[in-house]
Amino acid sequence: MLEIHCPYCGEPRSEEEFSYAGEAHIRRPQDPAKLDDRAWGDYLHFRSNPRGAHRELWFHAAGCRRYLNVLRDTASYHISQTHRVGESPEDV
Amino acid sequence: MGAGGGSLPRPSRSAHPTAPPAHPTTRRLPAGGRIDRSQPLRFTFNGRSMSGFVGDTLASALLANGVDTVAQSFKHGRRRGIVGSGTEEPNAIVDLGDGAHRIPNQRATQVELHAGLVATSGARRRLKRFAGAFAGVMPAGFYYKFFMGPPWLWRRWEALLRRAAGLGAVPTGADPDTYDKLNHHCDVLVVGGGPAGIAAALAAARVDARVALVDEQNEFGGSLLGAPQAIGDAPATQWVDAAIAELSACPNAVLLPRATAFGYYDHNFVTVLERRTDHLGATSPCAPRQRLHRIRAKQVALATGAVERPATFANNDLPGVMLASAVAAYLNRYAVAAGTRLLLFTGNDNAYRTALDWRRAGRCVVAVADTRASPAGALVAQAEAAGIEIHKAHAVIEAIGRKRVAGALIAPLSEDGQRLAAKPRRLDCDLIACSDGWSPAIHLSSQAGARPRWNEEGMMFLPGAPRQPTVCAGAVNGAMSLAACLADGAAAGARAAHAAGFGDARPRFAAPPVEEAEEDAARPLFIAPHVQPSSRAPKQFVDFQLDVTAADIELAAREGYRSVEHAKRYTALGFGTDQGKLGNVNGVAILARALGQGIAETGVTVFRPAYTPVTFGAIAGRDAGELFDAERHTPMHAWHMARGAAWENVGRWKRPWHYPQADETMHEAVVRECRSARQDIAMLDASTLGKIDVQGADAATFLDRIYAGSFQRLGVGRCRYGLMLREDGTIFDDGVAARLADTRFLLHTTTGNAEAVLAWLELWRQTEWPDLDVYFTSVTDHWATAALAGPKARDVLRRVCDDIDLSREAFPFMSVRSGHVAGRPARVFRISFSGELCFEVNVAAHDGMDVWNALMAAGEPFGITPYGTETMHVLRAEKGFIIVGQDTDGSMTPDDMGLGWAVRHGKPFGFIGDRSLALADHRRADRLHFVGLATTDAAAVLPEGAQIVAASTRRAAKPTTPRAMQGHVTSSYFSPTLGRSIALAMLTRGRERLGETICCPLADGREVSAQVVRPIFFDAEGRRTHA
Repeated sequence: MLEIHCPYCGEPRSEEEFSYAGEAHIRRPQDPAKLDDRAWGDYLHFRSNPRGAHRELWFHAAGCRRYLNVLRDTASYHISQTHRVGESPEDV
Repeated sequence: MGAGGGSLPRPSRSAHPTAPPAHPTTRRLPAGGRIDRSQPLRFTFNGRSMSGFVGDTLASALLANGVDTVAQSFKHGRRRGIVGSGTEEPNAIVDLGDGAHRIPNQRATQVELHAGLVATSGARRRLKRFAGAFAGVMPAGFYYKFFMGPPWLWRRWEALLRRAAGLGAVPTGADPDTYDKLNHHCDVLVVGGGPAGIAAALAAARVDARVALVDEQNEFGGSLLGAPQAIGDAPATQWVDAAIAELSACPNAVLLPRATAFGYYDHNFVTVLERRTDHLGATSPCAPRQRLHRIRAKQVALATGAVERPATFANNDLPGVMLASAVAAYLNRYAVAAGTRLLLFTGNDNAYRTALDWRRAGRCVVAVADTRASPAGALVAQAEAAGIEIHKAHAVIEAIGRKRVAGALIAPLSEDGQRLAAKPRRLDCDLIACSDGWSPAIHLSSQAGARPRWNEEGMMFLPGAPRQPTVCAGAVNGAMSLAACLADGAAAGARAAHAAGFGDARPRFAAPPVEEAEEDAARPLFIAPHVQPSSRAPKQFVDFQLDVTAADIELAAREGYRSVEHAKRYTALGFGTDQGKLGNVNGVAILARALGQGIAETGVTVFRPAYTPVTFGAIAGRDAGELFDAERHTPMHAWHMARGAAWENVGRWKRPWHYPQADETMHEAVVRECRSARQDIAMLDASTLGKIDVQGADAATFLDRIYAGSFQRLGVGRCRYGLMLREDGTIFDDGVAARLADTRFLLHTTTGNAEAVLAWLELWRQTEWPDLDVYFTSVTDHWATAALAGPKARDVLRRVCDDIDLSREAFPFMSVRSGHVAGRPARVFRISFSGELCFEVNVAAHDGMDVWNALMAAGEPFGITPYGTETMHVLRAEKGFIIVGQDTDGSMTPDDMGLGWAVRHGKPFGFIGDRSLALADHRRADRLHFVGLATTDAAAVLPEGAQIVAASTRRAAKPTTPRAMQGHVTSSYFSPTLGRSIALAMLTRGRERLGETICCPLADGREVSAQVVRPIFFDAEGRRTHA
């Protein structure tokens, strides 16, 4: 069971308090109407799915109810950093 | 048959596990041991009454009572005796207690004896009885090979196998005990309370780290409890007592004896099972019986020790063949001699201690068979000086005896140890103590992701490079001498504390001096050669619990199972409840030899939780019975109960399904409730509907982006039906939103989706539009809601509400007003899910019961009837109102559902899902459309989920199968109002097919035909709703 440092609560908390919300930093296109079906489909469905460092969005559902960014290694499950939405992650 | 017999099959006479003890008292030594001779205990084993002492385990007491055979083996039904003295024991698996108190599959070596304990042999001859003639020749992969054949035959076998399978018997009733869970955080968690673990705990605690020390035995000390060793000038146990006293006095240390760390998970999360009262009796005299500790540690120090590895030779499963360390432990700790004439079979110096202890206890050592040509260690010299006969470069190749060891064949080994150098000869003995080396207990380390590495020098698998903050100490690290364990433990404890932020990594205590005998190099054999090849020799057992032999593993190699993981699954090596603690390494060595490769490249299988079996009770903890899944009740729950409501579970909510009167059937109750709503007045508890309060200067802007419809220009006091779409254009949720003020809305969500909708709103606000001034509060539980539905709703409400103008003009459909109902502050919505004139009265939850009663009293003269969810469903289906999640399945767009009117294109920002509605696939002409179905036979109610196919055109022709599926029924009821069956369905191109007849083939073979109609069956103009 993972231990995730919540950047809002300022404490490590147990995975049970969180829910996963997919890959982070998927920016919603500014003007969806200008995209063709393929480009819009890429935004809707395609994710990087790496083996290794992965930028993720988590939701502190049973805590402060804030969304946070997590940099997690999908192979080792090591979490190297967490930060607030809107803050930029340090370079991986 | 005694108390332990129960209804279990009686073991056959020829192999009764409890032959009467020949000399009941001779096996217990007159003095010594850590047992309390002033406290004798009576217990029963397989119905026979026996005695032991406080401090005994069940295993030591059985040995003391002369019990040789404790169980019969799983596959072959062979006699099996006690082999080990701890968690590694594969054979002595017993059931404790009886009836509901029965605890199956306990290791007798870890069961503390208590007065009145009732034990029965776990494994029985059931499988053998089933397999009958095959039992003697069940090779590796038996099941895969034997049960090939036609599928119908397998079903026969399955029934037989299920009856035969399993080791113990399950309890006959619900578990009477309670269990708890505890969460801990600590700086250093030390697993294992032997010398290394205690040293590690001391080193960490002395620099003020928060320490937890867990050990599976009833007292701390580990191997020191069974060995007459000295630390400093005193017996080792005195050092243990002093160390534990110091730790007990430490405010920053937690000591957990009788606690097994069985799982090591991500981010240093370790689960520990503590047995609090198992040693006091079958049922806990004081709750709880066991506790599951969930420990998150900054650093974990594994001091899990090592398990002695037995030698593999022919008939090595005969009772009387034991681990050398176990023979010594029973002798020293429990004052039990497991036999009279000992033959020691070893390839290392360490095991000589067993022979020396045995001789010191006044017993006969027949001889030592040492695999080494010229062992030169100090202990060997001591044995020689004591006159013990040592056969060098010899191996025990076969045990002889029927019910128990009566002798052994020993033979000289060739130089490489693979063959015999001369003919074997027989030695008479009744106990063979064997030691082929030690296997570090790397299970937890392996669970934590560290790949075990083979150490050629020590001939053992050691913990691999840790992938979590782990340190290893003592025997698990390959440190086999006491002095090394103490030093390694102290260093590891200091290192772990330092890594957790305490101390300077130098241990603050020096281990007292320990006299160590100098040891010569060891020579493990893994398997002793026999005059016959493995396939012809008497069985050479590798895994006792699952009856896996050396020949099985060699066969697996011949059949192409080269990977150790595959060979494990094919032969079942290590699959038992003991996880192959004794046999795995021997099995790997035999496989490596058969494949002509080294042990290092063969590798070892990955260990997974649990290290030892865990009770379901402990895993469930308090989350059992009514706390298994908490129920949510509305403020009017007690009223529904008193009214005799039948319940429907909606999410966690308990909702009244219908209210049967006297001996009414559900159908009769629903007919009555529907009539009341359509003709007079009925009332529904709608409190469970999700409610979210949305406030902020940008609330309207935000909702415009979230809902497909437009909310920017919705007037204050007005309501609007809204559809939320996912970004892919499919319907996510629906409900009515009301504008309470310029900057405040109340959103209704479906009952089951309230939490998901709230998270969805937060997701978009926090990640995509943090600049918007809007915030959300769940107020579902704050309000009690009573929906008054029926032509007389206004008349009823008027009697208890005098400060809201309820007239049609002043309070039109789809609006909200505030005032008082029955004297309580209320918010009244004129919205309708029934198609009737309806007022939804919302009051504070704590007023809900009173207001409900007042409304029932006010409705009394009008014949008010409470109605449940079934009637609600019928009423809404008559109107064609969808239920998201029942009529939709996550692939439907608003257009598919005929809800295009609720979508507003061309809003300034657009909305979530907007772009996707224009995707080519969402504009296909042949999509499924939401339609109504009117069955040809008005009385035939279609089952929900029924598939729709085209009706057969030629009446006489037998329909062809399969026929293409064209859709399915999503909702179906008998409508009392219309006096006929109605259904809602998704149908390909449905809207173009109104009037067409389709067909639903049912599971029972019937075919029901129906006409496609618009999905609205009643009051299509909405006159009643707007009344």
